[in-house]
Amino acid sequence: MAADQETVDRVRSIDVDAYKYGFVTLIESDRAPKGLSEDTIRFISRKKDEPEWLLEWRLEAFRRWQTMEEPKWARVSHPPIDYQDIYYFAAPKSAPAPRSLDEVDPELLRTYAKLGIPLVEQEVLAGVEKQKVAVDAVFDSVSVATTFKAELAKAGVIFCSFSEAVRNHPDLVRRYLGTVVPSTDNFFATLNSAVFSDGSFAYVPPGVRCPMELSTYFRINERNTGQFERTLIIADPGAYVSYLEGCTAPKRDENQLHAAVVELIALDDAEIKYSTVQNWYPGDSEGRGGIYNFVTKRGDCRGARSKISWTQVETGSAITWKYPSCILRGEASRGEFYSIAISNGHQQVDSGTKMIHLGRNTTSRIISKGVAAGKSQNTYRGQVSAHRLATGARNFTNCDSLLIGRECGAHTVPYIEAKNASAVIEHEATTSKVSEEQMFYCLQRGLSAEEATALIVNGFVRDVLQQLPMEFAVEAQKLISISLEGSVG
Amino acid sequence: MTANSIGRAQAGGRGAMLEIRNLSVSIQDKLILDNLSLAVDAGEVAAIMGPNGSGKSTLAYVITGKPGYEVQSGEIVLDGVNLLDLEPTERALKGLFLAFQYPTEIPGVTTMTFLKAALNAQRRARGESDLTTPDFMRRVREAANTLKIDQEMLRRPLNVGFSGGEKKRFEVLQMALLAPRVSVLDETDSGLDIDALRVVADGVNDLRDPKRAFVVITHYQRLLDHIKPDVVHVMARGRIVATGGPELALELERNGYRDYAEEAA
Repeated sequence: MAADQETVDRVRSIDVDAYKYGFVTLIESDRAPKGLSEDTIRFISRKKDEPEWLLEWRLEAFRRWQTMEEPKWARVSHPPIDYQDIYYFAAPKSAPAPRSLDEVDPELLRTYAKLGIPLVEQEVLAGVEKQKVAVDAVFDSVSVATTFKAELAKAGVIFCSFSEAVRNHPDLVRRYLGTVVPSTDNFFATLNSAVFSDGSFAYVPPGVRCPMELSTYFRINERNTGQFERTLIIADPGAYVSYLEGCTAPKRDENQLHAAVVELIALDDAEIKYSTVQNWYPGDSEGRGGIYNFVTKRGDCRGARSKISWTQVETGSAITWKYPSCILRGEASRGEFYSIAISNGHQQVDSGTKMIHLGRNTTSRIISKGVAAGKSQNTYRGQVSAHRLATGARNFTNCDSLLIGRECGAHTVPYIEAKNASAVIEHEATTSKVSEEQMFYCLQRGLSAEEATALIVNGFVRDVLQQLPMEFAVEAQKLISISLEGSVG
Repeated sequence: MTANSIGRAQAGGRGAMLEIRNLSVSIQDKLILDNLSLAVDAGEVAAIMGPNGSGKSTLAYVITGKPGYEVQSGEIVLDGVNLLDLEPTERALKGLFLAFQYPTEIPGVTTMTFLKAALNAQRRARGESDLTTPDFMRRVREAANTLKIDQEMLRRPLNVGFSGGEKKRFEVLQMALLAPRVSVLDETDSGLDIDALRVVADGVNDLRDPKRAFVVITHYQRLLDHIKPDVVHVMARGRIVATGGPELALELERNGYRDYAEEAA
C-alpha cells in the first residue's frame, strides 16, 4: 500500500521530461575492430584469455549463425540490422579485471552512483537499514566490479563475472553452459554464443539459501556497440537464490543491439527467483534511437520439486523481443512468470513466456500485465504446452492489457497445446481502457492527470509488483510513472 | 415568492460563495440545464430537490468539471473565479468536492493509498507539507470511527466490492478528511438504510461551518430530516423553479413534483 503512494510522491520529485539515465560517460575504451568475423571472435576470446574449448564453442556458434536468419514472426518492425556495422567488444580502458573496488576507474564508480547503484560496499554497509544486495556491474562488454564476494564465499556461493567464472570455475561453466539455451537455439542466442563478452555467473551449493539478493546492472555506454552478455545461474539441490537484473543505456540517435542470453538451472528442490527491471533507452518522441532488446532467457527446472520464477518490469527499449521461459522437466516442478510491460511513444513490445511441461504434476502460472500508451504496440505472446508424459500438468494464465489513449495497440497471442489428456490449462485475458469515470473520480479529489494515471496503472499492475523484492518494487513504480510521462493528453 | 428571489436565499446582502449565473448546458444537442441560476452562501446548506431527469446530477457534474457536457452559456463563480475556466483538478484544489452518486471502482488501488494521495494533493495546493504516515493513519482512523467505517474496508481496493452503503459512507469519509469549502452531495441518501442515513447525515452535520457550504441533491425529504437545510430549491426541466425554506421540502413530500413540472414547461 505505502509503495503505491511512493509512485505518486516520486513522480513529483523526478525530472520526468528526460530519460534520466541518458547521460554518456566519457571514458576511454578498448574496442574490437568493427564488424563480425572469425577474427573478431578470436580477438574477444584472446582479450579474455579464454581456454581453447570456449573459443571452439564460439566459432562453432558463429559458423552456425551464418546459416541462420533473423526471426520474423514477432509483431515488431525495424529497418534491417547491419551486423557488420557494430562493435562487438568494448571495454573501459583501465587495468583489466580489477581485483578490488579500489582498482576500478573512479569515473565508472561515479556513473554507477548516478544510476543509483551502490557499488561501494562501505556505503551499503553504512546504510544500516538497507537490505544487503551483492552487485555485479557490467559496463559495455565487461564486468567492472562485483561486491560482497567475500561474504558470499563464506556461504559457499560463487557470484562473479562470467569471465572470472571461466577462469576460476571452468568445470562448472563447461558442465552447464549452453545446456538450457543451446548455441544453436535461435538467431540472436547463436549470435550471443559467438560473441558474448561478459555477464554474471552464480552458483549456490546444495542446501544453501543465498544470504542476500544477487544483482547485476548492465550499462551500455559506447556508441555503435552491441551488448551481448551471458548469465548463468545454477542452484544445486535444495538451494535458493533471488537474483535481480537492471539495465540502462545513454541516449543515442542510432539503435543499439542488446542480445543477451540467460540460463537458469534448478536441481532437486531448488528455487531460483529472477527479477528484471529493464529500462534501456526507449528512443525519442519521434521514435529515433533506442535499444533493440532481443533476449533469450530460459530456466530449466531440471530437478524434482524445483521452482523457477521470472518477474519482469519492462519499461525501456525501442523494441523488445523477449520470452523468459521455463522447461518443467523435474517431477512436480513449478514455473512462474510475472510480467509488467509498459510501452509509450513508438515502442514495440513483443514479450511473454513459454511454459513447457515435460514432467508429471508440473505446474505453472503466468500473470502478464501490458500497458500501452502513446503510439506503442504491446503484444503478449505465450506458449503453454503439456507433453505426453506430463500427467497432471496444470497451468493458469492471466493476461490483462490496459490501453491509454487512442493510438496504441494491445495484442494477445497465446499458443496452447496439450498432448496429455489430464493436463488442465486455463487462460484468462482482458483488455480495458483507463476509463473517463476513473480519471474524473481521481481528478475531482485533486490529483493531477499524471498522478491519476500513475495511480490507476500501478493498481492495474499491483499483483505483479508484489512479486518484486521490496527495494526494486519502489524502483519499478518510479519507472512506471516516468515511462508514462506524456501519455495523458 | 418573486421571480428575482428564485434560486437565491435571503442572504442579507452578503455576496454568495458559489454563484451560478444563467447556465445552459447540453449533451449531444439536448438541452439539459436551461438558463439556470443559483446562489449558495458561506455557511449555508442548500437542498436541491427535483424529479428524475430534471438535471440535478448534470448540475453536480458541470460544477465539478466532468468532461462530456457542453456549456452553451453562463458562468459558475467560486470566490470571484469562473470555475468554467478551470480544469477539474484545479476546481478540486480550490475546495470543491463532489460526493458521487455512483462512486467509481478502481481495481488494485488500495483505499488508503488513494486517500493519502488525495489528501496530500490538497495539502500541497494549500502550501502545507505532506502528512506523515502516523498522522495520516490517525486522522483516517478517527474519521472512520465517526462514520462507523470498518478498518478492513480501507484495506480493500478503492470502492471494489463495497456495498452501496459502504460506497456512500466512504464518500462522506473523504469529504470529512479533505474538508472542502463547497461540497456537492449527489443523492448521497440513495441506497442507504435508515441507520446508515443517520451516520452519513451526522458526518455532514459535523462539517457544517460558517466558512463552508453544502449543496445537497436529493429526491426525498427523508435526508433533510437529518440534515436540516437552510434553503430548499426545486429543480425541474433544467432550471430552479422555486426556492423556499425547509417547509418547501415537506410540501413536496405531500404533493409531489407535479405542480412544478408543469410550471416549468
